[in-house]
Amino acid sequence: MVLVVALTFTATSCFDDLDPQSLGSSIKTSADVYDSPQAYKEGLAKLYATFALSGQQGPAGQPDIAGIDEGFGNYLRQYWNCQELTTDEAVIAWNDATIKDFHWHTWTQTDVFVSAMYSRIMYTVALCNEYIRATAGNEDPDISTYHAEARFLRALAYYHALDLFGNPPFVTEADLAGSFFPQQIKRSDLFAYVESELADIEDDLGAPRFEYGRADKAAAWMLQAKLYLNAEVYIGTAKYTEAISALNKVISAGYTLAPGYRMNFTADNNTSPEMIFPITYDGQNTQSYGGMVYLVHAPIGGSMSDVSEAMFGVSNPWGGIRVTSAFVNKFDDISGDTDSRALFWTDGQSLEITDIGQFTEGYAMTKYRNRKFDGSPATHQHPDFVDTDWPMFRLADAYLMYAEAVLRGGQGGSAAEALNYVNAIRERAYGDASGNITSGELTLDFILDERARELYWEGHRRTDLIRYGKFTGSSYVWPWKGNVKEGTGTESFRDLFPIPAADMGANPTLVQNPGYN
Amino acid sequence: MMRHYRYLTTILLLSAALGAYAQQTVVGRVTDGSDGSGLPGVNILEKGTSNGSLTDANGNYSITVPSNAILVFSFVGFQSQEVAVEGRTTVNVTLQVDATQLDEVVVVGYGEVKKEDLTGSVTAISSRDFNKGVLTSPQDLLVGKIAGVSVTTNSGAPGSGATIRIRGGSSLSASNDPLIVIDGFPVDNKVIGGSANPLASINPNDIESFTVLKDASATAIYGSRASNGVIIITTKKGKEGKPQVSYNGNLSIGSPIDFFDVLSGDEYRELVGEVAASGTVSGLSTDALERLGRANTDWQREVYRDAVSHDHNIAVSGSINSIPYRVSYGFTDQQGTLKTTSSKRHSLNLNLSPSFMDDHLKVNITAKASNTKNNFGNTGAVGSAVFFDPTQPVFNGNTRWGGYFTWVVDPDNVDSDPIGLSPRNPVALLDLTHNTSNVDRILGNIQVDYRFPFLPDLRVNVNAGLDYTESDGVNNTDIRASWVTDVGEGQRIDYTGENKSKLFDIYLNYVKQIGESRIDATGGYSYQSFENFGSNFNRNWDETKFYDSDVNEEGENVPRKYVPELTYLLSFFGRINYSFKDRYLLTLTYRTDGSSRFSEENRWGSFPAAALAWNISNEPFMAPISDVLSNLKVRLGYGVTGQQNISIPGSPNSSYPYLPVYQISTNTARYQFGDAFYYTLRPNAYDGNIKWEETTTYNVGLDFGFMRDRLTGTIDVYKRKTEDLINNIQVAAGSNFSNFLWTNVGSLENKGVELTLNARVIEANDISWNVGFNFTYNENEITGLLRTEDPNYEGVAVGGISGGVGNTVEIHTVGHPANSFYVFQQVFNQDGMPIEGLYVDRSGSGGNVASNGRNKYHDNSPYPDYLMGINTSLRYKNFDLFLAGRVSLGNYVYNNRAAGTTYSALFINTGYFNNISPMIHDTEFINPQYWSDIYVEDASFFKMDNISLGYTLSPGDRFKARFSLTVQNAFTITDYTGIDPEVNNGFDPGIDNNIYPRSRNFILGVNLTY
Repeated sequence: MVLVVALTFTATSCFDDLDPQSLGSSIKTSADVYDSPQAYKEGLAKLYATFALSGQQGPAGQPDIAGIDEGFGNYLRQYWNCQELTTDEAVIAWNDATIKDFHWHTWTQTDVFVSAMYSRIMYTVALCNEYIRATAGNEDPDISTYHAEARFLRALAYYHALDLFGNPPFVTEADLAGSFFPQQIKRSDLFAYVESELADIEDDLGAPRFEYGRADKAAAWMLQAKLYLNAEVYIGTAKYTEAISALNKVISAGYTLAPGYRMNFTADNNTSPEMIFPITYDGQNTQSYGGMVYLVHAPIGGSMSDVSEAMFGVSNPWGGIRVTSAFVNKFDDISGDTDSRALFWTDGQSLEITDIGQFTEGYAMTKYRNRKFDGSPATHQHPDFVDTDWPMFRLADAYLMYAEAVLRGGQGGSAAEALNYVNAIRERAYGDASGNITSGELTLDFILDERARELYWEGHRRTDLIRYGKFTGSSYVWPWKGNVKEGTGTESFRDLFPIPAADMGANPTLVQNPGYN
Repeated sequence: MMRHYRYLTTILLLSAALGAYAQQTVVGRVTDGSDGSGLPGVNILEKGTSNGSLTDANGNYSITVPSNAILVFSFVGFQSQEVAVEGRTTVNVTLQVDATQLDEVVVVGYGEVKKEDLTGSVTAISSRDFNKGVLTSPQDLLVGKIAGVSVTTNSGAPGSGATIRIRGGSSLSASNDPLIVIDGFPVDNKVIGGSANPLASINPNDIESFTVLKDASATAIYGSRASNGVIIITTKKGKEGKPQVSYNGNLSIGSPIDFFDVLSGDEYRELVGEVAASGTVSGLSTDALERLGRANTDWQREVYRDAVSHDHNIAVSGSINSIPYRVSYGFTDQQGTLKTTSSKRHSLNLNLSPSFMDDHLKVNITAKASNTKNNFGNTGAVGSAVFFDPTQPVFNGNTRWGGYFTWVVDPDNVDSDPIGLSPRNPVALLDLTHNTSNVDRILGNIQVDYRFPFLPDLRVNVNAGLDYTESDGVNNTDIRASWVTDVGEGQRIDYTGENKSKLFDIYLNYVKQIGESRIDATGGYSYQSFENFGSNFNRNWDETKFYDSDVNEEGENVPRKYVPELTYLLSFFGRINYSFKDRYLLTLTYRTDGSSRFSEENRWGSFPAAALAWNISNEPFMAPISDVLSNLKVRLGYGVTGQQNISIPGSPNSSYPYLPVYQISTNTARYQFGDAFYYTLRPNAYDGNIKWEETTTYNVGLDFGFMRDRLTGTIDVYKRKTEDLINNIQVAAGSNFSNFLWTNVGSLENKGVELTLNARVIEANDISWNVGFNFTYNENEITGLLRTEDPNYEGVAVGGISGGVGNTVEIHTVGHPANSFYVFQQVFNQDGMPIEGLYVDRSGSGGNVASNGRNKYHDNSPYPDYLMGINTSLRYKNFDLFLAGRVSLGNYVYNNRAAGTTYSALFINTGYFNNISPMIHDTEFINPQYWSDIYVEDASFFKMDNISLGYTLSPGDRFKARFSLTVQNAFTITDYTGIDPEVNNGFDPGIDNNIYPRSRNFILGVNLTY
């Protein structure tokens, strides 16, 4: 009897022990994590960092998403691959899984890179939802700004989903994290959702340039402009007037073109007066094997390796990315002597590509560098990690979008302004007015090519080509499009990426995009 | 913990007080007439009554009887004896061996049973059956010995761990390691930083026996940790009598079994010349060719050596003031065949087993302390030595890189910057790395067994223990090294680890013989905590740059502490063994476990088991043929076991997968707003409903013995189904805070047959010959992976390879074995040569076959279909010979080195060469074709693990000496084209990449006993 009592005592006294608090654990859960203003800002920082980094440990460790090498699973790296490797602007030499399928237009629903992009987008949405829930109704002015920024970042991620996948699963702050099957949303409905979200948060976001690195009103206007400029592709209705209206706000917000083109792509590009919205990197504090680290290292190879440290500020070239001759041919003079945007490296490189796997085939580019504009070392110089920020939105893009929207018949702008903006960009590129064009030369086709010259490798190319109907099909081919050396037409269903097979398995309610069965 | 001891004291005092009113108690020791050792499990019966008792592991017993009683001592294999008490309180008895074979007591969870009374699938092997010539790792003693148990050393590194699988794995993502119980202490199988293996600190010389519990009816007493089987290790204890001293020493020389076949410098220069001329590999310009060297360096011979190892063990046992003791000290100094690698271990073992209060109170104190010093070296040299350019010399006179040849950007300046991503000089990798650790461990427990004087059928057993491991290590790189993050600045890494596990068990055991029925009931409670801590500190040599650290309040960089992992298990368990007429046996077991890993709703799991056995040979009708068929027993078992061991390295969710835990970033994963950098706070993916993984096992077994057990054997047939797999699996996008989640999804099935045969072929005075054989067939199939049925679902990609980044060649798919190879079907030309990049369009969808994952197919799996172990010992006069070998059939291996053998790998355009294997002529591939099924090879093998020859001298009565010569890893027969077909380590099963090769060892052993 005594024994039984004693035993029961011993046992019951331990039962409570199994909860984390009584076990003496210092973990924080969603119930108690936001206990200070600092914590709110750290929660917000994660939402931004999800675009830049791969996990909680820099450069690698504690990844956000799994099923793929951590550096590959980085948001910006995969976004760049989807937008650039699929076009005339980039090929890559490596043997990593199906990476060359991007360029060949032969990707399938089992592609691990497409799957990583998709997972990244939906991951960011889920994170934002959690933060939006945690900050909902908070009257603190700082926190209500954070709340609006979280909604912006969710809208940005959904915009990428809309553009890349068309009909993704849809979750909002009303959906608690758990184990359920998010329902798919139609592309047109998602368009409307992103549109209304951006309109809703405009007032709560900070004024343009209120704090570097954070999404402000101008970032939201840029996103609106992109949504509207591509509306014909997304919903079949033109919204060029709305695009111009948003762009007018951006252009009058006090941004100016940086004096030098390259100032937007250097270790000190945070000082560029044209930067509207960056993803920030830092050699010592923001380390990852994706994003800008990838974009600085992967284009260095061949004879560039000798100047890797001196010119690019990194020690270990990765020897991967080059451009096709179709892109090179958009420049009249590739020396860079007239058009300073022609940042080609041709020493030891051939113009044409016979084997994509060889770095020395195809011209290389020197656009992104981890050196300051004046050539001095980055402030937080590190041989592997970079200070260079990702210029997601910058003024030159706004100028070119403005010109295109006007040419496409949008109201609220003028052809004269459009020409001024385009020539402002060209004057900077040429150093004088020698490259300026006339109003007669300002055509839609000119703008597409000018966008390539000005904005190459900045993650716009695939969307631009689709808007012009040139991404798939045979109206425009470039070397190795369709896995043929000279290039060949590809199927139009490839304007959208497939819903990854892994998610089709995990979520039986999903319907695959046409053409991918 | 203190409160447990308080209750214990209360219990003991109370029961002792009550005992004063009981009858006379007789205690004593029953010994074996042949060698004087204590006999465990002897049945003691008061004649004419049903009052009885059993001796314990040391042969001690205690029974309460009237002073005029007659005691009947009986034990299978011995002649029974009757002794009158005549008022004595101590009655010691010596039993003589019966003609029939001696039967043993087998240690099972929380108690022991007679082998004859076993109802589950249990195999016990004792020290005399162990593999001979084993130096350092306890698990090596078991290799190939037991049907259904596969033990594969992970590599040839000194002190390397092993992957132990009992009846295949029961889980996909959670742990598949069996539970290991050392002297009643279930040890945490989590590997601490700086330690190679959780068993590495145990000295094999101290081990008395292993008991392997295989089916759920046997393991269910361990409930939630028993799904992968249980291995119970019992260490040696002191024996009463004169002190006995023994010394056991070994001297071993090991050398690599084989080298990977690559080209010599001359052959390489010739091949490169041919390739450059043919133009198949671009970039091989005249400039590039000038980078070739003039040397003929065999890099593998530069990094390997003949390793000399020795170990020494001294043990003293006996009794002082009738307290039996055993003390042993062991020292092992093991060199690895890869230069610089080594492992040194000091171990001290102490056992005391005093008895008090006329043997009513028995105490067993065990303490094992060890110190292990490892030098892990730089195993990057293993791969680098294979493919490093053979035309380059080891040293080339540079001053910046310590003189070691280094690929540099400017070939005219040997001191220029290294080429990024180029392979590094294997000799430099070894010489310029300092990678050592120091691990201290103490594992100790006190077991108190108290038999109630007023109710001698009842005893209480209390077990309290602590397993504490502390480690620290450094992994430093010299400033002359060319491969660190900041070239020329070296690197310092310091790390620490701490594992702490506390145990408190209490159980009651009641044994009663009523007529022809015998009941043996056990019930108890167990509490165990597991705490893991650690830290890491990574910076350059001068400590001016920090790669992994925390910043303290003063702004200084300090070691970064890992998030502690704290987990706890509470359990109640009970078991009833019922036997009737010694023929009909029933065992019922029940355990309920509470795990801190799950929410309150899912915290408790129930694990029942039942088993029936029929000792047919004890039936009267069998008597006429008992000389021929000496033993025949049929067993039936059913049970449910669980799994809760989730490991997400470094994540707080390891301990709390059910909570929405937030994780703060490191200082190198901060984000910039304005001029400030902010740590980030991330909610981790979690499943609020995560619960126990459950495995249901059915087992049918047959034990038999022929001709007075000259030939004995066991056949088991089992089926094991795991449901609610704790799986790290892709979840619906947007539904949680990652694309993968630890949750309960899917199911897995293992089916198999096991056969064990042991024959004493010859038994005579001068000669004896024993043969043991075991056979295992196991079939593994994934039966579910999703919450819903989706026949189109491919599965979960696993099996990472070297080549590219993130490439995998294996998959978990429903309807296939786990880790099935998932590859393209190669197309061959008329000459039987594979056509590069051309595969069979299995999906029939046309287009680029290699781009469409659906053209891949499920090739074989890395897991063997059939395993056989064969061992034999032959003794002739003073000589003995021991042989042990294994056969594995149907295990496939992805030959990663072959897959990396392509012409494009010869020269990399940033300016360096790689050696190549002559295998290139089997494919003539220019670019890598990682998913060609030609790289999935049948790696079935026969391995002769051990050949040992011994000679024994016994000049005096007490002095005995044995000398032995052993060859370990004597030879292998296989069609596999890599070095070693045995590559089933736990992490990437079946991927043969750059594994530290196992060595062939020649061991000279001396064993002295006085």
